[in-house]
Amino acid sequence: MRKFKKEISLFLVAAMTMLMLAGCGGNDASSNSGADNAAAGTETTDDSAANADNASSDNGSESAGAAEGGAFKIGAIGPITGSASVYGLAVQNGADLAVKEINAAGGIAGFQIEYNFQDDECDNEKSVNAYNTLKDWGMQMLVGTTTSGCCIAVAAESANDNLFQLTPSGSSVDIISGNDNVFQVCFTDPNQGVGAAEYIGSNKVAEKVAVIYDSSDVYSSGIYEKFVQEAANQPFEIVSSEAFTADNKTDFSVQIQKAKDAGADLVFLPIYYTEASLILTQANSMGYEPKFFGCDGLDGILNVKNFDVSLAEGVMLLTPFAADAEDEATKSFVTAYKEAYGDTPNQFAADAYDAVYIMKAAIEKSGATPSDSVSDICEKMKGAMPEITVDGLTGAAMSWDSDGAVNKSPKAMEIVNGNYSLIQ
Amino acid sequence: MKKLKLGKYAKDNIITYGMIILVYIVMQILIGTGNISSLMQGLLVPLCVYVILAVSLNLTVGILGELSLGHAGFMCVGAFVGAFFSKCTQDVITADLPRFILAILLGALSAGVVGFLIGMPILRLRGDYLAIVTLAFGEIIKNIINVLYIGKDSRGLHFSLKDSLSLGLEEDGMVIINGAQGITGTPKNATFTIGIVLIVITLIIVLNLIRSRDGRAIMSIRDNLIAAESIGINITKYKLMAFSVSAALAGIAGVLYSHNLNSLMATPKNFGYNMSIMILVFVVLGGIGNIRGSMIAAVVLTLLPELLRGLSDYRMLIYSVILIVMMLFNWSPRLIYLREKYSPKRLFKKTREVR
Amino acid sequence: MSFISYLINGISLGSVYAIIALGYTMVYGIAKMLNFAHGDVIMVGGFAVFFAVSMQGLPTIVGILLAVILCTLLGITIEYIAYRPLRQAASSLAVLITAIGVSYFLQNVALIIFGANTKAFTSVVTIPALKLADGQIIISGETIVTIISCIIIMTGLSLFINKTKAGQAMLAVSEDKGAAQLMGINVNRTISLTFAIGSALAAIAGMLLCSAYPSLTPYTGSMPGIKAFVAAVFGGIGSIPGALLGGIVLGVIEILGKAYISSQMADAIVFMVLIVVLLVKPTGILGKKIQEKV
Repeated sequence: MRKFKKEISLFLVAAMTMLMLAGCGGNDASSNSGADNAAAGTETTDDSAANADNASSDNGSESAGAAEGGAFKIGAIGPITGSASVYGLAVQNGADLAVKEINAAGGIAGFQIEYNFQDDECDNEKSVNAYNTLKDWGMQMLVGTTTSGCCIAVAAESANDNLFQLTPSGSSVDIISGNDNVFQVCFTDPNQGVGAAEYIGSNKVAEKVAVIYDSSDVYSSGIYEKFVQEAANQPFEIVSSEAFTADNKTDFSVQIQKAKDAGADLVFLPIYYTEASLILTQANSMGYEPKFFGCDGLDGILNVKNFDVSLAEGVMLLTPFAADAEDEATKSFVTAYKEAYGDTPNQFAADAYDAVYIMKAAIEKSGATPSDSVSDICEKMKGAMPEITVDGLTGAAMSWDSDGAVNKSPKAMEIVNGNYSLIQ
Repeated sequence: MKKLKLGKYAKDNIITYGMIILVYIVMQILIGTGNISSLMQGLLVPLCVYVILAVSLNLTVGILGELSLGHAGFMCVGAFVGAFFSKCTQDVITADLPRFILAILLGALSAGVVGFLIGMPILRLRGDYLAIVTLAFGEIIKNIINVLYIGKDSRGLHFSLKDSLSLGLEEDGMVIINGAQGITGTPKNATFTIGIVLIVITLIIVLNLIRSRDGRAIMSIRDNLIAAESIGINITKYKLMAFSVSAALAGIAGVLYSHNLNSLMATPKNFGYNMSIMILVFVVLGGIGNIRGSMIAAVVLTLLPELLRGLSDYRMLIYSVILIVMMLFNWSPRLIYLREKYSPKRLFKKTREVR
Repeated sequence: MSFISYLINGISLGSVYAIIALGYTMVYGIAKMLNFAHGDVIMVGGFAVFFAVSMQGLPTIVGILLAVILCTLLGITIEYIAYRPLRQAASSLAVLITAIGVSYFLQNVALIIFGANTKAFTSVVTIPALKLADGQIIISGETIVTIISCIIIMTGLSLFINKTKAGQAMLAVSEDKGAAQLMGINVNRTISLTFAIGSALAAIAGMLLCSAYPSLTPYTGSMPGIKAFVAAVFGGIGSIPGALLGGIVLGVIEILGKAYISSQMADAIVFMVLIVVLLVKPTGILGKKIQEKV
């Protein structure tokens, strides 16, 4: 009896939630009729209005231009909860900053931007949910997703809808292969792996190289594979390659010990800075002082709160962005970012910031307007992308192939006196 | 009940199946008339996945009475076997539906076999010790899949546990399972209709098992192991039966899951112990042993985070609070007492007592 | 030589697991519940020390005291709000689920307060590392402190439980709550006390975990929490010396597995060994045999 009542109440809750969700999207997904979102039905207005409210207040994007139906709706996806949230939050803020700047400067070709960010918890399924939520909101272009795995899943959906997608940091090749609507701001993983191997080889940085990588991570294992492949053609030898996994990333003593025993004079770390900071600390306490070499994931290591930067002295990394760079654009971006979000931006934030500006350039080139359909915008953007050249924070004169990969050159940085300095 | 003279469980069945069919019809009408959001439409298949998982775990937890924290592992096996099969045979079997059905059967079979093999040694453990061992197996499965590389070229299949380079593929070769990068490009065969059909099949299997002679034997083990043993019930056999059926059904859910997403990876998020615990939450919240309740709980808890999207950063915080409150509301003896005291009791008086 | 370093690394890792497992096993042994939120209380302890010492510049000892007090209060509160109402519930699984809810809750509160960025924790340990055999073998100061703390805590807990009135009350409650109540023991207060002690230990564990592996995020506690749970089961859950033993053994197996078998499959190896141990000795290495009553 009791159980039955419980069931009934649960069922009612379920039915209600379903109806609310169902009602939300009264407007056709692929239509872009902007502001009529709230007119979906009496019971659902609350929900969708709350959604829209929240999005705009949270992300601070003023939807002033929305009233005339003359605003581009740009969505973004990334993890802002869960263990990968540091990357998602950076993308959220980076893109938000760019949107605010563009809006304040009069928008794109006179049209304002509306911006909405959705959480995907770094889970493929949740990412598709986030994508669908944005579609319901009327998204016309997507900055996302932040992580590679999710991005592959979402790219398949966006290709299906023919919606223009520009991922700031999804670096897997699978994201762009076969999806002509998807473009990348960051390098592809193979590109980074080959680049790193070539750099080490041609500059004779080391002769014996050890690799420590995250075998459970798409980004890291992708770079690792290409690095090893390319290393065969280079004048150095890989003496030890050890992995760790997402569930086992606090203790690196074995991996470091093996590199040490193998006599490696350089340790290649195609991983993110969170783990790298631990590796540096542990190597130091083990009295092992090789040269460390990383990819763009390592950027941010100097900004780990309270991190002893002297440990990172001499670390080399190939990265398109450095928060300490001296050029005007980077400086003003870092200052504005710190002011708005109280944190030093990492490469993800810079990628997302660039992504919005790249979209702006492509829109201006293609002459797309908010009143075009999603698919039309996508077609125009696809045509414009290979033709534009953008100077961004993460690279000067970035250009794109029609397959979606970016052409830019990474900068080799070395950490000297607690600051990045460009190696010429 | 008196009037209808239905069988003992018929009314219960009618409610359960009726509920599903009703939801199906309503959803189909909404889809047909375009009155459904993309979010909801995208959620339909995942909902089916979680409902099947909840029902299948309920067989282990509610009916067999053993705590399993490795259910996501079986789902993982099903997902990868199914996706692997589909990817391999994509060129050979061009018709989607038969290939998908084969993938489901294969996924269910392999998950069931894994469940059987794991169950054999461990089912003699009790309580929390069994829980930790199932958790361990779930993690092992995930870990192995994460280092598994399988490629295909003209010479056949190649396996490796190191990296994709050591597969030694020919130029035209294709890496199918690429370690942590998993399987990319699984055909998107899962549809809501197939999902609903699979839920119904799951229910038929589970409900009939529960109400059969075997099912009563299984429940007798739950209620009193020693007594059951003393009247000659083969404990091992029935425990294994429930456990492997439950694993096979989780495998079905896995196949459905993998054919709904383009990229399949075994992350701590989707196939780790977190997911196993999440399925357990469905079961416990819905009422242990209460199949219908766990289905509804699965739906509610899957939709809840999506509904809370408007809260942005506070989403998962509120979610956890709601979870705690719902658990207290449903399970706290004092609250149950208060609830019954002040609830309009007579409203449901004519309804039959459900177990 | 490298074998010895691996062994020592294993013991350092194991000592961290052990100190977490001590708190776990304490709560499990008395309250008979798997406290999935324990790992997150550890994280809170780590953040408390980080906040006090690194952000506010307070002396280390004040930071530690603050963390212990905060975690103790937190433990009591969690028990009161989320676990106590369900103690008499029809199924013991109910409280397991609220524990998971609490775990999510703590993670997300920390995420909102401190953000997702990794914080580098300044080690609270100041004693230097021990160098043997010409610096080939290094035992870090953190390891020494952790092992000593483990032994002190283990002895202290054993003495407390066996020699004091409150400890005896805990034992009685763990044996039979109803009978304990009839003997005039305040069950609620005893369990509160258990959680208070368990959480205070979590604060210390959090501090030592973060000193040994100085990276602090809202999710720092969850994986070590699970590993420590495994360690506690390994050693025989509910047994205090077992937790220490289980932790060390687990750490050593993990490191040796990584070193000699495969660094990618370290977790699978650990779990495999756990399963084998449990199959041979179903209640863990030092666990008591469960008596089945008819």
